[in-house]
Parts: sequence; C-alpha cells; structure tokens
Amino acid sequence: MREADLGIDPSATTDILTGFIRSELERTGLSRLVVGLSGGLDSAVSTYLAAVALGPERIHAVLMPYRSSSRESLTDAALVVDALGIGSETVNITAMVEGCRESVGEMDRLRLGNVMARCRMTVLYDLSAREKALVLGTSNKTEILLGYGTLHGDMASALNPIGDLYKTQVRQLARHLQVPDLVVSKPPSADLWPDQSDEDELGFTYEEVDNLLALLVDARVSPATAVEKGFSREMVDRVLNLITGSQFKRRLPVIAKVSTRSVGWDFRYPRDWKS
Amino acid sequence: MQTVRVALAQIAPKLGDLQANIGMHLDLLRRGREEGAGLVVFPELSLTGYLLKDQTPDVARTLDSPELKPLLESSRHIDALVGLVEEGEGHRFYNSAVYLSGGKVVHVHRKIHLPTYGMFDEGRDFAAGDQLRTAGLPFGRIGTLICEDVWHSPNAWLLAQDGAEILFVLGSGPTRGARPETGVTSVPVWHDLLRTTAQFQTAQVVYVNRVGYEDGLNFGGGSIAIDPFGREIGSIPALLEGWLIVELEGEVLRRARTAYPLLRDARLELVYREMGRIRTERFGLPEPDQDL
Repeated sequence: MREADLGIDPSATTDILTGFIRSELERTGLSRLVVGLSGGLDSAVSTYLAAVALGPERIHAVLMPYRSSSRESLTDAALVVDALGIGSETVNITAMVEGCRESVGEMDRLRLGNVMARCRMTVLYDLSAREKALVLGTSNKTEILLGYGTLHGDMASALNPIGDLYKTQVRQLARHLQVPDLVVSKPPSADLWPDQSDEDELGFTYEEVDNLLALLVDARVSPATAVEKGFSREMVDRVLNLITGSQFKRRLPVIAKVSTRSVGWDFRYPRDWKS
Repeated sequence: MQTVRVALAQIAPKLGDLQANIGMHLDLLRRGREEGAGLVVFPELSLTGYLLKDQTPDVARTLDSPELKPLLESSRHIDALVGLVEEGEGHRFYNSAVYLSGGKVVHVHRKIHLPTYGMFDEGRDFAAGDQLRTAGLPFGRIGTLICEDVWHSPNAWLLAQDGAEILFVLGSGPTRGARPETGVTSVPVWHDLLRTTAQFQTAQVVYVNRVGYEDGLNFGGGSIAIDPFGREIGSIPALLEGWLIVELEGEVLRRARTAYPLLRDARLELVYREMGRIRTERFGLPEPDQDL
C-alpha cells in the first residue's frame, strides 16, 4: 500500500495554528477560550495550541464526565490541566443526561451518546458566556470527513485549529507540543460507553483511513486508482459512503430560496466580516 | 535603470476597513521616508483585505476618491505601490495595483487573471483587466503583476519586451499548511517561480505578499527581492509581519542583460506568427497580418 503524504512540519504548523487562534479570537474583542477536555488526543492538542498561542491564564478547561466515563478520561484530562497550568472545572453531566432520558423515554446507546455530546456542548457554550470566551473546537479532519461526531455536539465550536489535520497528523503535532505520552499513545475513544474504540467502530485504523482520505480528498485520486494502490474495494466504498452520507454535518441547514438575496446563496460575507 | 531603494511592506491588512488600512499605509510610508527608501511596495488589496466577497462594492473607490488624497499627498515625498478595489468605468470593480508618485497616479495595473477555482472565487467579485503596460519612472521602467498574473508566463515576458526593468508582484497568497521538506508550503513554490521569472526576463523582481488570517485562510508572506541573475537580494520570513529595504542596482541589470541577452534574442515576430496560427486553428478566426 503506497503511503500518502501525511507528513507535516510540526513547528511551522504550530506557528500557523497559534497565529490563527490569536487572530480569530482577538478580532472578536474577546480574549479567552473555553475548551472541553476529554482526556483524549484531539482536545489535548487543541488546548496545547491555545496555551502556546494565548498563555495558560487565558484558557479555561472544562472536564465533563458522565457516570459511565472511564476513570482514565478524567485523570488524563487532569494531566493536561496540570502540565499546562490552565484553569479548569469539572461539570458532571450525569444529571443532565438522566433528566433528558427521563423526559424523552428510553433510548439506545447511540442516541444516549449523542445526548451526552450535546449536553457537553450546552455546558461549554453556557460557560463561554460566563467566561466571556469563545468555544475552542477539537474535531480533527478524519472525523469531520467521516462524520464521526455529533452534529451540534462535539462538532460545535467557534474556532477549530485542528479541523484540517488528520488524526495521524494531530499525533505528529502532539509529539512536537510534548503532550503527555499517556494521552498520545492511548487508543482513541469517544468514551460514550465502556470500552468504546474508534478504530473498532470504524472498522479500520486511523493510519489506514488517513492514507486513503489523503488520496481521495487531498490528491483527488479516483476510487479505482485508490484500489489499485492497495486499498480494498470494500474499504474505499465504505469510506466514500461515510463521506457523502455525512455531508449534512459539514453544512448549515438547507434554506429554500424564495427571495432576491438569501443566506447561504447570494448573501456572501466572510465569517470575519467587520471584526 | 538607476539604483533605487525599495521597501517591502509585508503587512496584514484589516479586512474591509479602508480607513484603518490607509492609516497603516501612511505610517509605513513615513517610515520608508525616514529610512531613505524611494518607494514602498504593499501587497495585493493592501487597502481593503482579500476575502471581501459581497463587501467588494462597499470598499471600491474611483481613483479620484477624496479618501485616497492623503496617500497621494504622501507620494510627493515617497512613491507608493498599493493594492485596492478600483471602481472603473461602468461600475466595474477591479483588483488593482496603483503606483503613486509626485502627488499623482502614474500607473495602474488591473489584475488580469482572477483565480476562480479551489479556495479562490475572485471571478465572482471582480472584473478582469485586459491590458499590460509598463511605466517609465525617473529610476527606470517598471511593470506590475498581481499574484495569479505571474503564474501565466506570457505576462512577465510581455512586460519585459515592453521595456520593464523591474517587475513588481503584489500578492495575497494563502498557504496550504507546512510540510517537513519545505516548511510553509507556498513560500518555496513562489520563490522558485519568482527566481525563474527574474532569470527568464533578466529583470529585477520584487514580490510583496501579505500575512495574517481571514476566516481560516492564512497568508504566507515570504516577500522577496531577486536580481536579474535570479539571486536573492533579501527576503522576509514567512507568516509574520515584516519590513525590508533593498537596493535594486542598475549596474547589475546591465551586467545580467549583457551576460544573458535573452531579451535581445527574443523572437517577437515568430511568437506573433505562431500565436496567429494557433488562434486561427482554435477559434476559426482569420490570420492576423501575414507580412511578418
């Protein structure tokens, strides 16, 4: 299998991303960020970048365990808080999630997982108002492309420094930023139920799928050529289906055009408009 | 040409804020004057920022706009090459580079190639320029290109054939990340292109690219001056705001054009003839003059 070009210059990438965080935050007139720290790699790297960009005193980390969350998630998140010397608080979301479940009725574990992700989003956005801060995003390019995240949940943020980096590239950056080894090397998990594993659930490793995505998306190689390069037809088809099937998660809701100038069509301004 | 001191202003314009950017330009023109530069070169759309979209008509100005007066006034003391949205005839909006000197606009280049692919959408907002002209200044003859224009090699060649000794290239070139071999990806690619352009046209090349962020786009900087042999005179590091004064030496131009008489040996009539043939074959148009 021919490897795609996933190498990054971690030092220059850090320069670009820390500059991005400073620029996008400061033009809003705010000076602080809140971030949900899960104990995993992505939120750790986003937080490290933010701390390098702004200094630890301007970062507020929020740890949001649910009763079934693994103990390591909390201790690993605490490791990041201590290493960076950032402020933090813990908000247990069990009561919120249970309240929702009581009101709505029984739900399967996927729905419950989505509720957890959206409860965390609710907490983060509320605390961002209290802290006069923006919410820092922690979704990587692999999960954004595969739709492996909860819409209006963990995919919600004001600015996301790592959204154009594949998981394996986030790992390269983590080593450069000296994220604790325990966090870098543990198996990726959304930790929405015990022993959940991203790679088991997806059916391939991040290394495999990142190589395939870099070919299909970045290099615009055809699916047939990807198969010739050694990826199984099944994997290529599954990945293509995941990408197309999750397009709705990457866009704002569709608006039906019934006026002369419509949001999303011909009302075109950058997000940084007048800021 | 005569030797001239040129300042490269690698700035991050404020998006959509003409007044703030005019202020920044005046500050840097003052600095250039204090440091003995004859000219300050700014990046593409330096007075407006790049990702304008529907703000394009809001920040467009005709070249006689009173808001540009302070810049014209400053040009009595030091020349300036600035980027702006020019409102032209018929309310067409151009991505223009404007050379100010002695209180007047002495040269305008309207961007010819508006990239409308990938992350670029300029063709939606701008009218394309359709002229390439050089301008004679006291220190020599200049030509100006804007960003994508320099990727179409006939443009630099035409300017050189028309007498340009110095090519100014104004950029708003975004990066596409950073790779282990190259660092910030766009910068070495641009430097290769500009070095080659300087060598092919045996001209001085001054490239000023912006930095900063607009939405998720980050502009790479890496502004550079290159002599007619293709050698770097000086450059500004990628990503950060910067300022550099270089000396473009007239004597080097003479030596380069003596050692490599590429301009002398150009075959204009052949190019014209073959262009005419291709044009006839592709578009079914009559051949141009057959007398060459």
